[in-house]
Amino acid sequence: MSALMDHITRKALASGIPLSVHLDVTWRCNLNCLHCYLTEREGHELTGEPISGLLEELASCGTLFLVLSGGEVFLRRDFLEIVERARELAFSVRIKTNGTLVDEKAARKLAGLHVAGVEVSLYSHRPEVHDAVTGAAGSFVRTVEAVQRLVAHGVKARIVQILMRPAGDEYRQVRELAAKLGAEYSLDPTVTPRLNGERGVTGLNVPHALWRQVFEDPELRGGAPEHCPASPESESAPELDSLPCSAGHTSCYVSPTGDVYPCVQFPLLLGNVNERPFREIWQDSPAARRLRAIRTADLPVCRSCELLSACSRCPGLAYMEGDLLGPSRLNCEQAFARTGRRPAPLAE
Amino acid sequence: MSELYPARSPATAWRRLEDEVIVMAAQDSTLFTLNEVAALIWEAADGQTALATIVRDRVCAEYEVDFEQAYRDAEELVQALAGHGILMVSESPLEPAQS
Repeated sequence: MSALMDHITRKALASGIPLSVHLDVTWRCNLNCLHCYLTEREGHELTGEPISGLLEELASCGTLFLVLSGGEVFLRRDFLEIVERARELAFSVRIKTNGTLVDEKAARKLAGLHVAGVEVSLYSHRPEVHDAVTGAAGSFVRTVEAVQRLVAHGVKARIVQILMRPAGDEYRQVRELAAKLGAEYSLDPTVTPRLNGERGVTGLNVPHALWRQVFEDPELRGGAPEHCPASPESESAPELDSLPCSAGHTSCYVSPTGDVYPCVQFPLLLGNVNERPFREIWQDSPAARRLRAIRTADLPVCRSCELLSACSRCPGLAYMEGDLLGPSRLNCEQAFARTGRRPAPLAE
Repeated sequence: MSELYPARSPATAWRRLEDEVIVMAAQDSTLFTLNEVAALIWEAADGQTALATIVRDRVCAEYEVDFEQAYRDAEELVQALAGHGILMVSESPLEPAQS
């Protein structure tokens, strides 16, 4: 993190500002990915007007960084209008999409709106592997064409790959494809449980040896996504009075139905914007207050773990595993892969 | 002295965080922080309002400063921000955006 970003984040933390918000505008999707963490596809999506009102409220609360995601965002016919409204309100807008519906018109419009970037999911450099993951024949071609269109219009495109068994260790080839297309690249090393807690999909995670290879790959460090980063082991352990994560402190997630959570991977409900203004939920939700009181020293297992400095403990994953203050087994496994040392929770 | 009309670049994202304004350039995601006085000028930089008016109505109204000195500082600021590509400066007002 740059010194300036660190300054902004500290200021947001001290003032209780939701600096970054992830808004899913739909859960509908035209693909059927093996690893998808979503368990609901239906529900009364916020329509254009409530979304516009929510964006105004977020702006007044101080939110600068806005991620628009789904589901597949371009399944909403009004998606570009949502982006336009967000840019009128001066948000830094990043979009997550599978790219299959990004046509020339959309690419041109996004360029004109000066979005900060578009993240496009790609799971392999081999069409047959990508299409097997998405369950949609021809999706690889449509996704790659979308990246080409975005880049041609000057939009900053980033290929995001989730590391999983179907593509195995072929992430370097995907990175090379991204470079060839003129796109940035980042690798998310973790397949997380579904939001209803179902853990079957985590079987798609790669073997420890490959995790270790990824964690030690110098070309990946610094380009890691926000969740479960492939960070090297820190030289010093985090302070025990430090915050375990920014979720609920300076960032949060809003679902297509208006539910507010600390993070997209953290199903601790704080409230719903159809029932209460966002600002009230953010400031006064008892769940948010409880979450904000937690410090590393309050984590009974993790605080004394010798691998604390090598761990990217995700409180959302811990919560989904049943204990807000407990360790996340997935993160323990990654710390094990990173160091070769087995953390206590894995020995039980 | 010709009038100057500063306008925030549409290729920026920005937000006021208490006494500062944070600006991000879309081109390369570079971040800038503007202090209290610069923040006042940034917020008023709509392309329609002359810099002299901004300095008089926003800066001098808020702080006990000499107009001439404040104007020179403001001009230096807007030229510096223009150099970073996050502000546009022209000698005539921008046409109002068509809705």
